[in-house]
Amino acid sequence: MAEFRIRKSVPETVRKGEVFEIKTLVTHPMDNGFMFGRDGKRIPRHIIHRFEAIYNGKTVFGADWHVAVSTNPYISFHALAEESGTIEFRWHDDNGTVHVDSVYIQVI
Amino acid sequence: MSSTHFIGAFLAVEMLAAVVLTAHAQERQLTSGAFPLSGYHYMGTQIQELQDDEFLNPGRFAVDHGLELWLESDGSEGLSCHSCHGDASVSMSGVAARYPQFDENRRSLVNLEGRINEMRTEFMKAEPLELESEEMLALAAYLTFQSLGEVMDVDVSGEAARYLEEGREYYMQRRGQLDLACSQCHDERAGMMLRGDRISQGHVNGFPVYRLIWRSMGSRHRMFRWCNWAVRAEPRELGSDEYLSLELYLAWRGRGLNIESPAVRP
Repeated sequence: MAEFRIRKSVPETVRKGEVFEIKTLVTHPMDNGFMFGRDGKRIPRHIIHRFEAIYNGKTVFGADWHVAVSTNPYISFHALAEESGTIEFRWHDDNGTVHVDSVYIQVI
Repeated sequence: MSSTHFIGAFLAVEMLAAVVLTAHAQERQLTSGAFPLSGYHYMGTQIQELQDDEFLNPGRFAVDHGLELWLESDGSEGLSCHSCHGDASVSMSGVAARYPQFDENRRSLVNLEGRINEMRTEFMKAEPLELESEEMLALAAYLTFQSLGEVMDVDVSGEAARYLEEGREYYMQRRGQLDLACSQCHDERAGMMLRGDRISQGHVNGFPVYRLIWRSMGSRHRMFRWCNWAVRAEPRELGSDEYLSLELYLAWRGRGLNIESPAVRP
């Protein structure tokens, strides 16, 4: 299977109390379990079933994903920061892996 | 049998013709085969936006991967592409726009993938990359990306002229159970609908492309195989002589178009 690649867009610095946008895009087949391969066998379900954003240890955004989410899932959401910190993204894979990535945001 | 029925039917035909004509007026720009028009113009605005957005374009993942491979040493000589060619944004700028080309030493056509494997085996003493493997597509996408916006311009003079003619023949030849030639759709019916899809002129300036129905990258030759399969003809091998000639013909046919790779196609 292809490597799990992450692309993210997070501002390096934000003003205190300012609403800003966070975007992430990852590579994942998001096999829904309803498709058949060339060998005629059903391709088992393999999706990211949960996405979380944790800011300074506190979950600020979470989403349960189901089989209708497309290949290479993209998500964008807005946040507001009162103090500088690290935002951590967690993608929970059906195969048990949790893909983790984080970025520091400076509040000025 | 009254004549009113006949007039009614006639009016209906007239009205239908009017509707068709209006639709045709809108499509005139797309259907005109007078100048080459990238497949970009034949897809919906949503997919165009997906291609144009640097963040969202899924093909950019392959480009990122390709850069890693460009820097990675492989083979017994301990060389990477970068060891000899340096910064690809300088050394490879415009290169992909001139492929495929006739190779004097090999006495045959060679495309970008063929050249990559030649470099790997001859200079790096590394294993050739499997055609259509993720690595080959990534490296090809990275190289072609260095020509983004460059004008596609292949050399068809001298020895290459023979291959151009072979490619043209393949393109014009009816084949498969549906008995269709490439030209019947992509020259004569470009801009018209084929079920839910709008038929493009069939240019190769976007390759390697991220194709949504494949959910992955694909080369020009994979697309040829797909097209052959679609008319229920027997697909040729990736990298085969027929496909190389066809690739040369299509690159020449779309000369003047800008390289769009990594393009997104439906």
